[in-house]
Amino acid sequence: MTIKLQPKVLTGTHFKNGNWAIVEGAIASGIAEFFAYPISPASEIVEYVTYRLPAVGGKAAFIVEDEIASINMCIGASWAGSKVMTATSGPGFSLKQEGLGLAYMTETPLVCVNIQRGGPSTGLPTFSAQGDYMQVQFGSHGDYPAIALTPWSVQECFDLTITAFNISEQVRSPVILLLDGDVGRMMEQIEIPKKEDLVIINRKRPPPGTDKNSFKQFDITGQDDLVPPMAHFGEGYHIFGTGLTHKDSGVPLLDEDLHSELIHRLYKKVEINNHLYPKPEEYYLEDAEVIVIATGISARSALQAVLDAREEGLKAGLLRLITVWPFPKEQIEELAQRAELVVAEMSMGQLIWPVERYARKPCLLVSRIGGTPPSPAMILEGLKKARKK
Amino acid sequence: MEVHQHPEKKYYLITDESRCKGCGLCIAFCPKNCLGFSDEYNDKGWRVAKMQRMRDCIKCYMCERSCPDFAIFIDENEQTEKEELLKEEKTQEEKKN
Amino acid sequence: MTAKKKTNEIDTSTMVKNPPKKFHHPYDELLRKYAIPTIYCPGCGIGTTIQAFLEAITKYTDIPHENIIVISGIGCTGRASGYINLDGFHAIHGRAIPFASGVEIARPDIKPVIISGDGDLFSIGMGHLAHAARRNIDMTVIVINNSIYGLTGGQDAPTTPVGALTKTTPYGKISYPFNLSQIAIANGATFCARYTVYEFTPLAKAIARGMNHQGFSFIEVISNCHVNFGRRNNLGDAIAMRKQFKKARVRMTEKDINKDWHKTDIEFKVGVGFTKIPTGIFLEEKERPIEFSERIVNAYEIKKS
Repeated sequence: MTIKLQPKVLTGTHFKNGNWAIVEGAIASGIAEFFAYPISPASEIVEYVTYRLPAVGGKAAFIVEDEIASINMCIGASWAGSKVMTATSGPGFSLKQEGLGLAYMTETPLVCVNIQRGGPSTGLPTFSAQGDYMQVQFGSHGDYPAIALTPWSVQECFDLTITAFNISEQVRSPVILLLDGDVGRMMEQIEIPKKEDLVIINRKRPPPGTDKNSFKQFDITGQDDLVPPMAHFGEGYHIFGTGLTHKDSGVPLLDEDLHSELIHRLYKKVEINNHLYPKPEEYYLEDAEVIVIATGISARSALQAVLDAREEGLKAGLLRLITVWPFPKEQIEELAQRAELVVAEMSMGQLIWPVERYARKPCLLVSRIGGTPPSPAMILEGLKKARKK
Repeated sequence: MEVHQHPEKKYYLITDESRCKGCGLCIAFCPKNCLGFSDEYNDKGWRVAKMQRMRDCIKCYMCERSCPDFAIFIDENEQTEKEELLKEEKTQEEKKN
Repeated sequence: MTAKKKTNEIDTSTMVKNPPKKFHHPYDELLRKYAIPTIYCPGCGIGTTIQAFLEAITKYTDIPHENIIVISGIGCTGRASGYINLDGFHAIHGRAIPFASGVEIARPDIKPVIISGDGDLFSIGMGHLAHAARRNIDMTVIVINNSIYGLTGGQDAPTTPVGALTKTTPYGKISYPFNLSQIAIANGATFCARYTVYEFTPLAKAIARGMNHQGFSFIEVISNCHVNFGRRNNLGDAIAMRKQFKKARVRMTEKDINKDWHKTDIEFKVGVGFTKIPTGIFLEEKERPIEFSERIVNAYEIKKS
């Protein structure tokens, strides 16, 4: 069968949905393999990538036997040198937790897309939600620093996918692209720039001339960003990786001090590279007396609520989070001192936990579950209520 | 390391006390009953296997192959002799230069 | 001619006081020496299997060592990748095979060798084994079958025989065990062999043959866990268990089996032990089957317009 070679970057203006944009962002970043399992609403990503990836000369895009197999195959392919991605939704994300824990522990670069749907359990497969927020950081057992990005438009789906790959390669960590179902499926105009204008970053590799016999896969000597250079299988380095607590050579050693040092270093590594993560977007914050904090589709609804509030004379503002983990605590700490805070989300209250923790005062929750984001009217009412306090 | 050499055939049998765990497999599977347990314990507390009757050894490799811990092995002296010869040649050449 | 009398006299005259050189084990280069001695119990079959694998890659196959990677799961056998001085990975429980699939698809020139236990590959990892065999991915799976969950202390595994006593079957095992070779073949393995740890050289040669085979190769190694399995079922120590393997083994070829895979079932009698262990090369696809990565490459041709 002959298929026509397609360009990797489809420069131009398109009218497509978020799932399409994610695939295009991944292809532009240079993924070679893609493994996933069909699950609504992420199946579209898998279907499109199995069509697109071979045509750009990529190696393999498959449906595999289950979600657990897909995350483990991604880790294997990443250690063999490829950029990889997997896509899933709530139930699949739950299954992947152990695999993601292994990726965090072995500092494996990869991107996992989670298109959130109504949960728990099978829930509402075709309705949107934002109820997996906490699971990204606390889903796998033990302590590990999560990195997650949340787009709110189709354009951002493309841009943030590239950013997610760049972060995962630079920080040598898995990055979760956390969308709500609405952003994944809505259709909007999207501009894809020229290939030369895209910034694609690859992982740090052992410098040429490194002694292969003494190379250590997790050695941060001389690395100011605490990110160790990564060798791949089949290059003669005799590397070893394990999920057990390990020394910088990868050899497991079950030692209390070593474990503490390792986990602290993983947290420090994510913290010290903060400048790489997208900052929150501010709308009307300069004189705001009440601020709503939201992400994704809820933020679009919140923006309308803020505009309506301003028309009524209420000094409201919106802080739209793009990087949801690590949580942007400095901004919240600062804003909490001069305004009341409202959190609008499509869950029973998950984003509000870190907001209240860093605000150090109670915040109002505008929550709506079932598939529709909190309406502008609901958020406006919340803003008024919070201001009265 | 304890090294034994066969008096006629000149091959070596080496036991590594630091690795041996005293499982007894080499002793039990030697067809000529050449090996036995030592009277003393090694650093880890095992009674290690020792070569006791090298004259009866027939170089069948059963001990090396049964051992799960890479603690007993045979060295065919031809390689060692070759190495010795090469070493001597090298020192002779260096003396000349 | 009288037979030589077996004596227990110790002869120390053959000891060499000043060895001519520093001797080292022939496979020392392939071991991570800081990790030796291993955590394995004295007499464990896993150590012998590791040595058989090292002999296979040194003597019986030409695959460059740089291209071999050893992947293991969780369990006593799972520690094996940490002892072998090649590229290695210690994956999570049951997921050694998908990890290896990911590596092989990304780099078809790399040969993954999975060394893992019967619990890791046939309990939690069963689904992955079935699909990797079905796809005929070019990998070699060495499963060390000791009929028990060893590392966690001796709970019953899917391969524990009926009636056996373990920590979680104190009144005797009720359900029937798997025949691992049969499962691998049923799911599409194109090379299948089984040997006990007593048969060192045939095992090493079978491992090499499996590695040379292009496609999914499956080697089952019957091993002795005398500490957790043998001890509780009166099978004796390592020596007694291996002697029992020697007695129970029955050589079978593809012709003897004649597609009736139940002939390869292992028989175990409570109180006695293993009474029949069929061993040999059970299946070797003679016509070269197309392995997965090759099929990916051949699936389509990209036309540059």
